[in-house]
Amino acid sequence: MDVKLTYFAWVRERIGLHDETYTTSATTAQELALELKERGENYSAAFHDLTLIRIAIDHEMAQWSACIKDAKEVAFFPPMTGG
Amino acid sequence: MHIYVQEEDFSQDALLRDIGKSSQTGAIVSFIGKVRDDTNTLHQLEIEHYPMMCKQALRAMAEDVKKRFLLEDVLIVHRFGKLNVGENIMMVATASSHRQAAFDGANFLMDYLKSNAPFWKKESFLDGTSKWVEPKESDAHAMTRW
Repeated sequence: MDVKLTYFAWVRERIGLHDETYTTSATTAQELALELKERGENYSAAFHDLTLIRIAIDHEMAQWSACIKDAKEVAFFPPMTGG
Repeated sequence: MHIYVQEEDFSQDALLRDIGKSSQTGAIVSFIGKVRDDTNTLHQLEIEHYPMMCKQALRAMAEDVKKRFLLEDVLIVHRFGKLNVGENIMMVATASSHRQAAFDGANFLMDYLKSNAPFWKKESFLDGTSKWVEPKESDAHAMTRW
């Protein structure tokens, strides 16, 4: 399955990409992150502690256990600091 | 409801003219957040945002607060990009029949926005260093008081 991955703030900086298209067989957001973590030093630096990262699936906030099978876009970012 | 996500500055006067136009509105409360520098070391504040998610997330928050506090109208404007000390970052405004709902609604909305609006702040300092702003523990817990 092809999914668009988008990264923000220090997650984006550590990975060195704003977005990419990725092919995965992961079924949950957590499986996807653990898969990404193994892709190289930049990814492991970004995903070393998943408790520091929040996710959105198709522009809606989601839990790590959420299913990504029908997802078009999964975003990874630190806790938001709006306002 | 009025939701704006923009790079350019905004005019409070102009925005306030647009909200709470119904005859039921007896109170409007507005809040502006600005770039602050407590230690005279800040060069700029850079605000990154998630364009595809921003408007729908802010709209959902505005709808929620409108229902919860029975407001007549809600406005949210949030800027992104590089901002200097003293510049406006964002503004919320709430309109209601009576003042308490407008005050409470604006207060709730700010707590909500702090940890649920897809924006991230990065501070650049005069000495050339920079760092991402960490969410405050107090902001994360602020919602529990509602």
